[in-house]
Amino acid sequence: MNLDAKIPEGPLADKWDNHLFNMKLINPANRRKYKIIVVGTGLAGGAAAATLAEQGYNVEAFTYNDSPRRAHSIAAQGGINAAKNYPNDGDSIRRLFYDTIKGGDFRAREANVYRLAQVSNNIIDQCVAQGVPFARDYGGLLANRSFGGAQVSRTFYARGQTGQQLLLGAYSALVRQIGLGTVTMHTRKEMADIVLIDGQCRGIITRDLLTGEVESHVADAVILATGGYGNVFFLSTNAQACNVTAAYRAYKKGAGFANPCFTQIHPTCIPVSGDHQSKLTLMSESLRNDGRIWVPKNKGDKRKPADIPEEERDYYLERKYPSFGNLSPRDISSRAAKEACDDGRGVASTGYGVYLDFADAIKRLGRDKIEERYGNLFEMYERITDDDPYTTPMMIYPASHYTMGGLWVDYNLMSNIPGLHVGGEANFSDHGANRLGASALMQGLSDGYFVLPSTVPHYLATNGPFEKVTKDHPEFKKAEAEVRDKVSRLMSIKGKHTPTYFHRELGKIMWEYCGMARNEAGLKKALELIPQVREEFWKDVTVTGDAQNLNTVLEKAMRVADFLEFAEVLVHDALERDESCGSHFRTEHQYPDGEAMRNDKDFAHVGVWEFQGVGKKPLRHKEELQYENVKFAVRSYK
Amino acid sequence: MKITLMVWRQKCCKEQGKIEKFVVDNVEEDMSFLEMFDILNERLILEGKDPIAFDHDCREGICGACSMTINGVPHGHEHGTTTCQLHMRKFKDGDTIYVEPFRNKAFPVIKDLVVDRTAYERIMQAGGFVSVATGNAKDANNLPISKENADLAMDAAACIGCGACASSCPNGSAMLFVSAKVGQFALLPQGQPERKRRVLAMIKQMEKDGFGGCTNMYECEAACPKNVSVRFIAKMNRDYLRASLFTKSK
Ligand SMILES: Cc1cc2nc3c(=O)[nH]c(=O)nc-3n(C[C@H](O)[C@H](O)[C@H](O)COP(=O)(O)OP(=O)(O)OC[C@H]3O[C@@H](n4cnc5c(N)ncnc54)[C@H](O)[C@@H]3O)c2cc1C
Ligand code: FES
Repeated sequence: MNLDAKIPEGPLADKWDNHLFNMKLINPANRRKYKIIVVGTGLAGGAAAATLAEQGYNVEAFTYNDSPRRAHSIAAQGGINAAKNYPNDGDSIRRLFYDTIKGGDFRAREANVYRLAQVSNNIIDQCVAQGVPFARDYGGLLANRSFGGAQVSRTFYARGQTGQQLLLGAYSALVRQIGLGTVTMHTRKEMADIVLIDGQCRGIITRDLLTGEVESHVADAVILATGGYGNVFFLSTNAQACNVTAAYRAYKKGAGFANPCFTQIHPTCIPVSGDHQSKLTLMSESLRNDGRIWVPKNKGDKRKPADIPEEERDYYLERKYPSFGNLSPRDISSRAAKEACDDGRGVASTGYGVYLDFADAIKRLGRDKIEERYGNLFEMYERITDDDPYTTPMMIYPASHYTMGGLWVDYNLMSNIPGLHVGGEANFSDHGANRLGASALMQGLSDGYFVLPSTVPHYLATNGPFEKVTKDHPEFKKAEAEVRDKVSRLMSIKGKHTPTYFHRELGKIMWEYCGMARNEAGLKKALELIPQVREEFWKDVTVTGDAQNLNTVLEKAMRVADFLEFAEVLVHDALERDESCGSHFRTEHQYPDGEAMRNDKDFAHVGVWEFQGVGKKPLRHKEELQYENVKFAVRSYK
Repeated sequence: MKITLMVWRQKCCKEQGKIEKFVVDNVEEDMSFLEMFDILNERLILEGKDPIAFDHDCREGICGACSMTINGVPHGHEHGTTTCQLHMRKFKDGDTIYVEPFRNKAFPVIKDLVVDRTAYERIMQAGGFVSVATGNAKDANNLPISKENADLAMDAAACIGCGACASSCPNGSAMLFVSAKVGQFALLPQGQPERKRRVLAMIKQMEKDGFGGCTNMYECEAACPKNVSVRFIAKMNRDYLRASLFTKSK
């Protein structure tokens, strides 16, 4: 597998500018002749599709939602980072770069992360130009807040609906192009496979979710911006339909899957309340700006929070990490919550919850200020739990939230398959072993507005014009037949369990053995269990209805089938990465105080997996990471 | 709790629909309305039946996908709440609940409770944007915007495009939806150059898609899960009038 990252020459700060100059261009009159397919119209895909169309390329975009405005990105709450340094509190491109590398526990590529920090400022400018209503102060300038893992205020926000406003910004750019006829938008169509011809990615196969039609779409280049795979845990903060299918299909066709074991567990979600639960709701990390996290000092203390006196409370983050306190990074905060609960000091009916308390902030700032900052989050919390967080502390617990792993890409965001580009959460590129809050929106928009619209044309200019192919090409016909075959196999099993049943079973295994803390024995156990569930699925799943009509059971079954194969790759990765780093905590590797112990000598690389067949162990390749500008350091937030 | 559901079933847009009755036992107070449907659907699948189709995705009240008419009201009676955020503790043991799709002739039923809302997409394509290409936008702080206007713009921008407004309106009007987008941009300097063009184009498309006109019934505001105010409609009407008077029609 060719894992050349193609990092441009030159000093770190000049790489992207040099590269922009050195990349080839296509004459405006010729751009229309190139067809680019964009799968996924969240932040990354929506921005890329709109921008490439603005440049004059012929774009076709796909989403399984009924509108691009409903992509999972819409749910992001807290904010987006940028190195603007408007508050003049010591921020800079270099500091954002360094914080991101450190936050990722030294497992991300320097050059990519530096570019991300550089581009971050353009994103804010672009969004404001589109009319995104970011929060402002009384002088009319943009307001900032702090997020975990940073000691500066660099997060821009629009109430608790930042993702919504950014996505609607990208969506407005996209609808403008759709209206102009430069983007053909396909909604309610799910990509079921990619198609390679002579080693190049030349198109995709989709299934129309309303008619069941299986169709081919030919292109000169394909961009996948299909989001993350956090739903492999069944319960997560992701939207219900988020799935791994697009990325996994590409992997099966030869694309490398990088660092799948780097999955983020978010510390502040509403705890599980019962078996009926379909998703976990995130309470934005921004709440940790003003909320204090604590559990009772004594085990099994069942008193009401208000009845527990100050000296019998353990503000464990403030105690263990005095300099970052309640704003410690996500992996650290999540593990600390788990430790407190495993120690028998958890709250909530299940014992798996900790308090997030606003009493002090309300005393200090007044209820109005808190309402202005977090009003909609408090409302959402109350709606779900029936508790009023203004008068009683919130209860929170960690949940699966984001996936740093994804398809391997080079500096140009191209996978090892020529022509197949990957953006947003679907690639692995910038967050290493742990993502900092408010950095996913930044990365999605950086990829979508600025990186892909430069690198995809470069690919086309360097490799095109391409040989003409049509939908009748045998490779397309073959891939179509495979999808139809999968559908009819699923429809014909007529077993005893629903697809959701198997998804839940898989989720239990993943959370238990490959969740917040992992070890060799557990991971090996998971590798025994997953194939059993998969086998049972193919023997005993039932899909009702028919395949030529809107069929939500079939949709779910197709997605679960891929999760059941993909989960094994994730666990292999967790097992082979025999160190702790960032979100990946192997209990075998920790310091006496319980902190993660990295092994830079053996694991300062990207683990990239190559498909070898279902149920066969995939091949692991390495891309060594070179650190020329930052030095390895034990990540300390104390 | 035991809940009786009277649910609209319709195989596809061409066929006639009808109400079908289901009884769901073991409904818990902490469940969301959609989780109750999950349980029912799991049961239907195991009985070999086609489950009830409904749109949903985020289940956090932000994507605008969920779209049920509950006891005659889009998203149900609970104020400022989407269907996915409606919890069963708002109902009583033994309740009978009628559940239908969003009703508007511009939103044809696709199946059961799923409707086709692409009419909203076309309205957005007609003018729901600021025409600015990606590139070297000027520094964001070079464009100060008063906090009051930024906050008001955000109130309008909170719209999730679910379609409850148009489905609750006796005239089937989409004015609240259109005015939310028009109003957001009208409050911001970025929106000024295209202000007249935008309001004319979006309203024209709205009419073309078969939505009705506004006669100030305010049902839309009551049904809006994001509490978008009808004041934006009043503002838009002024903009529309001004634009019609002072713009040469093409
Ligand atoms: C509750 C929540 C809050 C968050 N808050 C923040 C925050 O405050 N700050 C921050 O920086 N990040 C936040 N994140 C993370 C961030 O929102 C996501 O990582 C980011 O939005 C992902 O964007 P994306 O464009 O890569 O993918 P998505 O927005 O997930 O879009 C994926 C797109 O791909 C399409 N798709 C997928 N598969 C297929 C297929 N097979 N066929 C066709 N289409 C397909 C979907 O329809 C969709 O259009 C949050 C995440 C969650 C869950
Ligand atoms: S499911 Fe997203 S708003 Fe209800």
